[in-house]
Amino acid sequence: MKPTTALALAGRLAALAALAGALAGCAPIEPWVKPYERERLADPIMQFQRDALAERHRDHVFTVREGARGATGVQGGGCGCN
Amino acid sequence: MRALSLFITAALTVGSVQAAPAPSTPAPDFTLRSMNGPNLRLQEQRGKVVLLNFWATWCAPCREEMPHLNRLYEKYRAAGFVLLGVNVDDDPANALGVAGTFGVKFPMLLDTDKQVSKLYDLATMPSTVLIDRDGKVRYLHRGYKPGTELEYDQQIRTLLK
Amino acid sequence: MDATRGAHALSRSLPPEGARAADQPSRIRARRLVRALLRLLGLGGLFGGIAGGAQAVDLPPDHAEAMIHIYDGGGVTASGPALLVRKNIANKVSLAATYYVDMVSNASIDVVTTASPYRETRQQLDISADYAVRDSLIRVSASNGQEPDYTATTWGVDVSQELLEGLTTVSLGFTQGRDQVGQKGLPGYFDHAQHWQYRLGLTQIISPRWLASANIEALADEGFLGSPYRAARAFGALVPERNPRTRSGRALKLRALGDVSGLFGWMGAARQAVRAEYRYYWDNWAIKAHTLELGYSRYFGDAWLADALVRFNQQSAALFYSDNASTETLYVSRNRQLSAFNSIGLGGKLSYTWKKVPGQYDIKVHGSYEFVRFDYQDFTDLRTGQPYAFNGHVLQLYVTANF
Repeated sequence: MKPTTALALAGRLAALAALAGALAGCAPIEPWVKPYERERLADPIMQFQRDALAERHRDHVFTVREGARGATGVQGGGCGCN
Repeated sequence: MRALSLFITAALTVGSVQAAPAPSTPAPDFTLRSMNGPNLRLQEQRGKVVLLNFWATWCAPCREEMPHLNRLYEKYRAAGFVLLGVNVDDDPANALGVAGTFGVKFPMLLDTDKQVSKLYDLATMPSTVLIDRDGKVRYLHRGYKPGTELEYDQQIRTLLK
Repeated sequence: MDATRGAHALSRSLPPEGARAADQPSRIRARRLVRALLRLLGLGGLFGGIAGGAQAVDLPPDHAEAMIHIYDGGGVTASGPALLVRKNIANKVSLAATYYVDMVSNASIDVVTTASPYRETRQQLDISADYAVRDSLIRVSASNGQEPDYTATTWGVDVSQELLEGLTTVSLGFTQGRDQVGQKGLPGYFDHAQHWQYRLGLTQIISPRWLASANIEALADEGFLGSPYRAARAFGALVPERNPRTRSGRALKLRALGDVSGLFGWMGAARQAVRAEYRYYWDNWAIKAHTLELGYSRYFGDAWLADALVRFNQQSAALFYSDNASTETLYVSRNRQLSAFNSIGLGGKLSYTWKKVPGQYDIKVHGSYEFVRFDYQDFTDLRTGQPYAFNGHVLQLYVTANF
């Protein structure tokens, strides 16, 4: 084995090891809100969309009368309501 | 080369998360107030097989699991099995209400300040820990899916032997 | 995901194949090592929580809703019943079906000034199936809407993935719609329209009390995008409207929701939450819209829940929109939906928990009312000669049950 090639290889592997070590350090992002601390978040008032039909109707009322649409979380359904 | 690969593998495994307690380690001891009033200490249950179930009223799978736990308690309590329910609600009154609705017979402990939950490093709700007669953690269940109660049954039998 | 990309880049920088034969053994060993590393990094991932615990997502709970919806405003009355049923089958799939009826009685300003009032009924049926696969929830949905002069068929897929033990939810969605456009008095359909929507969303639990989400949606439309009944105005005379046959838009919505119970003494100790939402929409018809919504919810006792909301919407006109065109352009439209206007809405909702057996079922009754005012800057009411404005009333009465 030629010395230059071996050195280059070792250098590259060392870089890889350093990256792996660094990433292993980053790997476990501990969830900062534990499952037993999620009581408030489990309440229905902490949902962005509470009742599907009501949200859908309200979204329809505005989509039909305004030029803006989308990103509301209500999917699909077209109509010729122009 | 081999040393390098060993180092990298070691570095990566250290990185992955293991929730405490791990199987075959002694179960961390604690004392909690029970719903009926008197305090209950885990250490006092040595000699019996203990199933520790962490639950909350706001967690749907926890409520689904409740009747099954009740049934298991009734089935094995004479053989030296005790089921301890640990409730983590902010308001213990909710726990009392739900426990009453399900006609819960096993001791219900209140962990309102979440100290025992932190001690056991709960990763999901519900969490179930099965502890053998020597106070060692043997099985750990995260979450509940219909059919898990059959696993509990099997594991309790194994530990009771 | 970034880890594997980084490792891939490094593997490419290793000595290429076909170099000196004498170096083969070390190169093979190096390649094996890199492959093992990639596998480890790929599996472990950046989110150690997945390696630690088998967190699985639950299917949505069984649910039913029945609603009567009423809209009255600007000469249009649209009302009807709607029904939704969702059932979990053997804990493997959650099926849902929605039936929506819209009976429209249209005497709006467009209709009244250029045509005659009419009534029609639109019926829509939606079905969807949800599957839970470890931390992901996959939803496939299809919908069909029928009107006397319009048919709309839509299908879509939505995937949502939980990360960090449920703290973060990433969602991706795609919807495609195909419409057949007809006209009263003409047999069959004279044109078609197609729609595509691509969605990306991120919901993040920030603290035990706060949630935030960001959603972006790309919308594309092609085909007949106007109305065969609406006329445009050029040089004072009514002319048929000419709309582009494609439209491409983007919407970005940012939301925050927080539990503020107990934070302000004067608000009382009941569970309460505040919500803020902002959406920015822009498209290649030059429409730019800002929508802001603020909401407040609060429990009164065990059984009552009250919500209040306020909504502001402001929009700039489409490039080819004109109230009365004074030049000859390729596209011209007097569709007030594309004009410059703003709208303000104020609404309230009251919910009553009629029956509740914890862990088994609950039945709630809800009523909501929203008052909306639309003010057009560049759309003249031909009857009065003034800029047009109208008030709308949105009323919803519905019953929901979880079982």
